[in-house]
Amino acid sequence: MEQYDVIVVGAGHAGCEAAAAAANMGSRILLITMNMQTIAQMSCNPAMGGIAKGQIVREIDALGGYSGIVTDQSMIQFRMLNRSKGPAMWSPRAQSDRMLFAQKWRELLEQTPNVDFYQDTVKELVIHHNTVQGVVTGMGSTIHAKAVVVTSGTFLNGIIHIGEKQIGGGRMGEKAATGITEQLVAFGFESDRLKTGTPPRIDGRSLDYSKMEEQKGDDDITGFSYLPLPKLTAQQQHSCHITYTNSTVHDILKTGFDKSPMYAGRIEGVGPRYCPSIEDKINRFADRDRHQLFVEPEGFNTVEIYVNGFSTSLPEEIQKLALQQVPGFEKAKFFRPGYAIEYDFFPPTQLTNTLETKALQNLFFAGQINGTTGYEEAACQGLMAGMNAHLKVHHQPPFVLSRSEAYIGVLIDDLISKGTDEPYRMFTSRAEYRTLLRQDNADLRLTEKSYRLGLAKEDRYRWMQEKKTGVQEIKTWMQETSIEPQEINDLLIEKNSAPLTEKQKLSKLILRPNIELPEILATIPSFQNLNNTYRPETIEQAGIQVKYERYIEKEEELVQRMKQLEELPIPTQFDYGKIPALSNEALQKFTKIRPHTLGQASRISGVNPSDIQILMVYMGR
Amino acid sequence: MLGQFSNWNDTIVALATPPGIGAIGVIRVSGTHALELINQLFPKKDLLAQKTHTLHVGFLYSLKALQAPQPQPLDEVVLALYKAPKSFTGENVVEINCHGSQYIQQQIIQAICAAGARLAKPGEFTQRAFLNGKMDLTQAEAVADIIASNTEASKNAALHTMRGGFSHALSALRDQLIPFSALIELELDFSGEDVEFADRTQLYQLLNTAHAQVQQLLQSFQLGNVIKQGVSVAIVGKPNAGKSTLLNQLLQEERAIVSSIAGTTRDTIEEVLNINGILFRLIDTAGIRTQTSDEIEQIGVAKSFEKIEEANLVVHLIDATEAFSSEAQEAALALQTKANKTVTVINKSDEASSQQVAQWLTIAPNALAISAKAGTGIGTLKEALFNAVVTQSFDMGNTVVTNARHAHVLAQIQEAITDILFGLNNHTPGDLIAIDIRRCLHYLGELTGAVTHEDQLDYIFSKFCIGK
Repeated sequence: MEQYDVIVVGAGHAGCEAAAAAANMGSRILLITMNMQTIAQMSCNPAMGGIAKGQIVREIDALGGYSGIVTDQSMIQFRMLNRSKGPAMWSPRAQSDRMLFAQKWRELLEQTPNVDFYQDTVKELVIHHNTVQGVVTGMGSTIHAKAVVVTSGTFLNGIIHIGEKQIGGGRMGEKAATGITEQLVAFGFESDRLKTGTPPRIDGRSLDYSKMEEQKGDDDITGFSYLPLPKLTAQQQHSCHITYTNSTVHDILKTGFDKSPMYAGRIEGVGPRYCPSIEDKINRFADRDRHQLFVEPEGFNTVEIYVNGFSTSLPEEIQKLALQQVPGFEKAKFFRPGYAIEYDFFPPTQLTNTLETKALQNLFFAGQINGTTGYEEAACQGLMAGMNAHLKVHHQPPFVLSRSEAYIGVLIDDLISKGTDEPYRMFTSRAEYRTLLRQDNADLRLTEKSYRLGLAKEDRYRWMQEKKTGVQEIKTWMQETSIEPQEINDLLIEKNSAPLTEKQKLSKLILRPNIELPEILATIPSFQNLNNTYRPETIEQAGIQVKYERYIEKEEELVQRMKQLEELPIPTQFDYGKIPALSNEALQKFTKIRPHTLGQASRISGVNPSDIQILMVYMGR
Repeated sequence: MLGQFSNWNDTIVALATPPGIGAIGVIRVSGTHALELINQLFPKKDLLAQKTHTLHVGFLYSLKALQAPQPQPLDEVVLALYKAPKSFTGENVVEINCHGSQYIQQQIIQAICAAGARLAKPGEFTQRAFLNGKMDLTQAEAVADIIASNTEASKNAALHTMRGGFSHALSALRDQLIPFSALIELELDFSGEDVEFADRTQLYQLLNTAHAQVQQLLQSFQLGNVIKQGVSVAIVGKPNAGKSTLLNQLLQEERAIVSSIAGTTRDTIEEVLNINGILFRLIDTAGIRTQTSDEIEQIGVAKSFEKIEEANLVVHLIDATEAFSSEAQEAALALQTKANKTVTVINKSDEASSQQVAQWLTIAPNALAISAKAGTGIGTLKEALFNAVVTQSFDMGNTVVTNARHAHVLAQIQEAITDILFGLNNHTPGDLIAIDIRRCLHYLGELTGAVTHEDQLDYIFSKFCIGK
C-alpha cells in the first residue's frame, strides 16, 4: 500500500478536522474509519456551539477548519446566547440537522484534495525506535505513514450500559475498538476510564408541544463561519421547546437507582460534572424539585427528538415511566433509550503542546482520547493535531496557540499541564483573558497565523483584511464625529439614557450601557452611507472595540505583565533534580509533565508559587 | 539584571565588607568545593577534618607561593568554617578575616580565583541561599530592603515587612475575594437561567472596607518613602544669615564654605543628618536677596526657590541682628509661604539685643532663637525637625510601606477596587466586573506571593551588591 504523510484514525469531529487541516496544508492523508456511513456523526445532541464552545467553533473557522462551515450549512436554528452581557459572553449556538451535518462533512472531505478514505478498524500501531510509522488494520494490513493521529472517541474498549445490561460498543449499535490501549500501555502509557451519557430519542409525533414553552431562533442569523457563505433564513428555522421534570419524575427515577450502573459500581469511569445525568442531578441537587429539559428537533425532515437534560443509564422501562410524567411527554414513544458509555482515555499530561505524545514520536491524540467532552473541544484538538502532524513530518516549527490568543490555547495548555480526572469541557472562566477571546474577533486573532502556514486560504485572508481595515476607518471616524443632541435624544430617551445637552463625540456616547453602534447608525440619516460602505460585522466590531476599549486594555495589561513568565522557555531535558529548594511534589510534577515554559509550570496543580520563583531565579529569568 | 547562572555549583568568592581601608576585611567563599579550595592555600591545618562553625588562625598562601622553597604568605588570617547546609548560602562557606588593606584583599581574592573559584556576581550569595531553600522570596526582598536601609526607622519598616506586615491583611482580602470571583464566574458559565449567585451587597461591603485599608497603606508610603529616602530639609534665608554655619553646626564638621562675605555659597550643598533614627538630608541654599547683580548668584537664588518647593521641610533662618525694617519684614514673610512645612529660626540671638529678637518674634511667633556660631539651641532645633516629621499620625508600630514596588502594586489594587465598586454601582454586566476582580486578585497575588512577577526578582537581586 501507498505511504501516507499522516494517517488519521477515527472520523468524528476531531478526526475530520485533523484530516482536513493536514490535507489542506499539503499532506497526503488517509482517514480510517470503522464505518464510512457514520463520518462526522453527532453522537449526542444535535447542536454546535454554546457558551465558550461557540467561541471555539469560531476559532476553528478562523483557522480554516470546517466545523463552522458545516454547522452553517446544516443548522435548523441559530441563537446568539448572552446578548444582555458583555461581548465576551456572546456565544453562538446552533441546532443542526444531524444527518445533514454528517453529509456536509463528508462532501467537504471528499472535495478536499489529498484525502483518501479506508473503512476498517485499527488494532495496532507500527512503532520503530519510539517513532510511529503506520498502523495495522483489523483485517491485518499494514499501512505506513510518517505520522498518526488517533481520535478514538468513545470507541477504545467502549462499554455501553443501560440499567443492568452491558454491551461492548463504541456507540449504540456499533462495535468497540480494541488493541491500541493494550499496546500503548505496554510502551509505558497510562490509561484510565471515563464515562459519558446520552438521553433517550423520542418520536416527536407523540409529544404535546402545547404544554411546553417555545424557544425560537434569532431573527438575525450571523452563523459561525467568517466567510461570506449563504446562511439559513429566520423563516426556515425550527423551534426548540422547554419543559420541566417534577418530583413525581424524580421519585420514579429513584426506584431504578439500585439497577443504575453508576450506583451499583459497574461503571468505574468518572462522568462529566458539568453535563450530569438526570440521576446525578437528582442526587446532587436534592433540594431542587424540577430540572429544565430542552426538547430539540433532530432535523428538517425527521420527527426524531433529542431530550437535552435527560441523559440517563437507568433501565429502559424506568426511563420511559419517568419521562411520561413530564408535561408534554405523557404519550411519548421511544426511538431508543438513553445510555451511558465507558471508554479508555490517556491522561493528557502525557502530551506536548502540539498534542504529540511524549513517549512516542509522531503519534498525536485528539478528542475524547485526551479526556475532553464535546464536539467543539474535539474538533479544535483535531485541527491542531492535524496541523502539527503536517508541520512535524515536513520538518517545520510547531504551531502553538497561547492562552491569550485563543480558547484553543487555553484548552490544550489546561490538558497538558493539569490533566483531567473528569471529562473536560470548556468554560469562559477557564480563560483568564476572556475579553480578548471573543467570538467576534477570532478571525482578527487567528486567520493571519493560519494563512502564513498555508491552511487559511487567500479568500479568507483577504476577507479578514478588509474587515480589519474597515474597523480602523470606522474607529477613526468615531473619534472625529460629534453628534448633536437633537439627532440622538429621541433614541436616548427611549433607551432610558440621559439626553445630551451639548454635542458629544460618537466614541464617547457609545460608552453608555445599552447604546450600540448599529442603533446609532440607524437613527441618524447622514450615517446611512456607513451601512453601505461596510459589512455589518465590521461595524459591529468597531463598535465593540471602542465601547469596551478600557476593559480590553486592562486584560492586555495583564497579558503583558505575565508575558515574561509565559515566554521563558524551559529546556526539554532540564534536570530539576539539581535545584535543592524545589518541593518534592514540584520536582515530581515537573519531571513528569516537563512544562515548555515557566508559565505552563506555574499552572501545574500542586506546584507552589515559591517553586516557580525558585525556577525563575535559577533560570536567570 | 542577573544573567544566567550556568555553573551555579562552582565556587564563588567576593569581598563581603565594604571596599576601602578598614581594620579588617571579610572575604566570603561559597560552593560545594569551597573547603577543599581554601584547604590548598592554608597549610597549617586540614580544614576538611574540622567541624562546622569553627575558627582557625594561620597564614594564607597563593598556590604559586607554595611552590617556592621559602613561601611568602599573603596575610595572617582567621578562617570561619560553615559546612553545608548550615551556612548563609546553604553551601560550604569559608569566611576569611584578613587585614583591612585593599591590596591584601585583592591579592587574596586573586589567589582564590587562581585556585579555581570565580568572582561572585552582585546578589549571587543571596541567590544561592534562595535556591538552596535558605530563605523565601519575601525574605530575600526584605533582606534587600534591610541592606538598602540606612537608618533605624527604615530598618524597622523592612523588618516589619519580613515578619508579614501588611501582606497578612492583603492575603485575607484575597481569600475573601476569591469565592466571590468563583460565584460570578459560575453565573457566567451557567447562565441558561439568569441568576445571581454572588451577593452583590456583601461584595460591595468587602471592597469598600478594602478600599479604605489600601488607601491607608498607600498614604503610609509617603511616610515610608521619607523614612527610606530621608527627609529633605532646605535651609533658606538672606545672604549671611548664617545658613552654612548652622549646617556645619548640625553636622559638626566643616562642610560648606564659610566666610563672612555675603553670597559665598553659590551652589546647593546636601548633607545627611540622622536624628533619632530618621534621616534628614540638609540642603544649604544660596542666600535669597531680592536684588543681585551677580549672574551666577542669580542662578543660585532661582535654585533656592526650587529647593523650597521640593523640600519636605524648610528651615527659614532670620538674622536677628538685621534691622527690623518693613522691607526686611516683607522679605522674611515671603519665605513663610510654606508655613506648614517651615521651621523658623532666629539666628545670632546672642549677638542681638533681646528687643531685636522680640521684634522678629512678632512676625514668626513659633520661631526658635539660636546661635549657630555658639552652638546654642541646636538641640532644640533637632527636636523640632524630628517632631515635624514624626507627628501623632505616625506611630512607629503601624505598618508603613517603604518599598516602591509594593506602592506601585498597591496603586494597581486600588484602581481595580475602585473599578469594581463603580461597576457594582452601575449594574455593569458580570463578565466586565469579573475583569476587574481578576485584576484585583492578580495584583493582590503579586504582593502576597501567590503570583510571581519579574519586577519583584529584579527589585530584589538588583538591590544587592557584590558579596551579598
